[in-house]
Amino acid sequence: MKKLIQGFLAASALAMVFTSTLLMAEEPKKGGTLVTVLGSNPRNLNPAVQSGIVTGYPGAQLFAAPLRYDENWTPQPYLAESWKVSDDGLKVTLNLVKGATFHDGHPITSSDVKFSVKVIQENHPFKSMFAPVTSVDTPDDHTAVINLSRPHPALMLAMSGQLMAIIPEHIYGDGQKPKSHPRNNANVVGSGPFKLVEFKNGEHVILERFDDFFIKGRPYLDKIIMRIITDPTARAIALENGELHMAGFESLPRIINRLKKVKGLNVTPEGYGAIGPLDWLAMNAGSKGPTGNVKVRQAIAYAIDKNFILKALMQGTATEAKTGIHPDSPFYEGDVNNYALDLDKSNALLDEAGFPKKADGTRFGLTIDFGWPGVKPQVEYVKAALKKVGIAVTVRASADFPTWAKRMGSMDFDLSWDTVFNWGDPVIGVHRTYISSNIGKGVWSNTQGYKNARVDEILEMAAKESDPAKRKALYSEFQKIITEEVPVYWTNALPYHTIYSDKVGNPPLGIWGTSSPIDMTYLK
Amino acid sequence: MAFLKAVITRTLYAALLLAAVLVLNFSMMHLAPGDVADTISQSMGGADAAVLEEIRKDYGLDQPFLVQLGSYFNKVLHFDLGYSFFYNTSVTGLIMQKLPATLLLVVTAQVLALFVGIVLGVYSARNPNGLSSHFVSILALFGYSAPVFWTGILLLIGFSLNVHWFPVAGMYDLTVEGGFFVKLWDLIRHMVLPVITLSSIFLALYSRLCRATMMEVLGSDYIRTAKAKGLSEREIVYKHALKNSLSPVITLAGLQFSAVISGAVLVETVFSWPGLGTLAFQSIIARDTPTILGILFFSALVVIVGNLLTDLALRFVDPRIGRKG
Repeated sequence: MKKLIQGFLAASALAMVFTSTLLMAEEPKKGGTLVTVLGSNPRNLNPAVQSGIVTGYPGAQLFAAPLRYDENWTPQPYLAESWKVSDDGLKVTLNLVKGATFHDGHPITSSDVKFSVKVIQENHPFKSMFAPVTSVDTPDDHTAVINLSRPHPALMLAMSGQLMAIIPEHIYGDGQKPKSHPRNNANVVGSGPFKLVEFKNGEHVILERFDDFFIKGRPYLDKIIMRIITDPTARAIALENGELHMAGFESLPRIINRLKKVKGLNVTPEGYGAIGPLDWLAMNAGSKGPTGNVKVRQAIAYAIDKNFILKALMQGTATEAKTGIHPDSPFYEGDVNNYALDLDKSNALLDEAGFPKKADGTRFGLTIDFGWPGVKPQVEYVKAALKKVGIAVTVRASADFPTWAKRMGSMDFDLSWDTVFNWGDPVIGVHRTYISSNIGKGVWSNTQGYKNARVDEILEMAAKESDPAKRKALYSEFQKIITEEVPVYWTNALPYHTIYSDKVGNPPLGIWGTSSPIDMTYLK
Repeated sequence: MAFLKAVITRTLYAALLLAAVLVLNFSMMHLAPGDVADTISQSMGGADAAVLEEIRKDYGLDQPFLVQLGSYFNKVLHFDLGYSFFYNTSVTGLIMQKLPATLLLVVTAQVLALFVGIVLGVYSARNPNGLSSHFVSILALFGYSAPVFWTGILLLIGFSLNVHWFPVAGMYDLTVEGGFFVKLWDLIRHMVLPVITLSSIFLALYSRLCRATMMEVLGSDYIRTAKAKGLSEREIVYKHALKNSLSPVITLAGLQFSAVISGAVLVETVFSWPGLGTLAFQSIIARDTPTILGILFFSALVVIVGNLLTDLALRFVDPRIGRKG
């Protein structure tokens, strides 16, 4: 262990030398207008009341969070210059940067932090983030103490990225409903490195440098233009001919592979570890039908060739997913049953489960759903793959997303393709799929009807375990159980890629990608 | 007087039709499973069940169907198209914000298609068996049968990617600074490809129709008389023949006005043109009922006005129409 730590220290020292020489070699240039893109229209720009990646990008520029993370999942000071978690884990003290102001010149104080936590608790869709927060004390203007009913390690990630925007109480505390507040879209007064110039629905968001930002000398860019272009092909062409400097969250394999060949463009999958998007085949584990039987679910997993999905459908752009936690997460456990293609085993399991082959070669029929057209190839592949072991699959298309969401939410399905995000800490984006108290609570809840008392117990404990090593062990056990019982069969991480031109220096490739401040990004 | 009467009855019918369209659309939107709360939660990366319920309550989606329909109708009667769930703003404002862009695109494309279509039609009618006439026919066939989004992307690859003549997306370049003429030039550059794409379908229709009627007219007796009188070829074609062969083209152009709007949905999406088409497409995907209904209401209005204008234009071109006896 000691050796390991020494090795780690040596490696990080080396890394520091390496990065510092890199930094010396390239001094960030100030000024310039970065032209970038949003793939759909943000409903509003206030991340305290609206989640999602298109709100996150402008939102994290307009509003600062207490913490930020480096690419190694280590918290760094941001609006909080330091922080302390009490020994019993029930008090988190934030010491705010002194002299920080909102875009209108009002000082950012601890009472704004208190107000922001309250607004997020009441309005943000991810209730688990601040559920154990009982109150926020404000002993002085620069100190906020968050009181918890139980230890809540997930709070650290929930205080970063787009998840905890510090919003001004003197603007949003005027009695209007925060969710539909007119200043979520116009005349936004934020705490972040950039201020809003204009947001035009369906067209663009324009931001400009906030000169009194609390980190001196930053941001480097003068202006950011975020164009709203919904068609992925149009985005790709605009990147290719230089109309866009940078785009995040591109996930179509054909476009990623095409842009990789373009000179002057860089294509990288880095920057999505905390967003943690996973593709999977959901199986109705609570069903009275065949999928309620664990052996049937295992048989289905054995019959699906993950390599085909990775190589042919994702064209080598995606990394393999083995469990419900994203492979980039520190809690990921890779040593689990991976269900390598094995048709004999699959057939044997189906026989054992009591579904022998009938005269026509089939065992039983299942339906498969999908919510958006992009994943139709996966669905068709599952149909073809399961035919080989005698499962006749009928594809049920949905007219649109709400139709599918309704079916999933009411658990009216056998199999379905799905993409779900981890959103930082497992408590926020992972527990919801497997904990039995969240069965059938709408789309992206535990729609599989999965129930395991030990899993419930582990998740309960992991949520309040302050010791990182013990927490990791709990999540490791959790991943071993769910991979054994496969309520969903994970195939790959959704291949989100960031594409940026050679002109862009220091693109946002940390764990939160573009859902974090890009105050260090510059144009060469 | 007959004209006025016709206008009044037409308007009454149109109002009834509009009401029927609204009820039908509202019911259809209601019949589909799921609602805007689901798409809002999708845009947020998932939401707790309590949050979903709250959204439904906020927007009155938990009310019985008839109550929702009634309150919607009441609003429309007060010229209020409601509040967009997805865009968090008033539907009328949203439509008014997007309308100019669409009108600019649609009207330019329509005028271009009519003008070029008629010129090509006349040209190929005059030498129906010439090589260039066949070329026009093939071009027309191609323009009509190729899907708009495909033509659009092809033009983009050709003229924005291979040669950087035109920009890829949007209506203006936000980094361009300068006076009125610089901005105007920028707008024109952005308009070229979408306008060509949108007019390509209609161009085909108009040129084929114009060619056919023109050939028919050119073979008629009064043209022979005109020739016998010794009038010049130019005068015969443009003064005598063209006027008579235009009325079917104008009728078609009026009827096609609705198709231009639906074509705009595709073209606008391909070129990220910030108009009603993009708005319609996105609100359908988001299941944003008030916005969809508002746009349908508006499109119906545009079509009705378009048809009325066609009527008037026809009266102007062919004075026999509307005359008694």
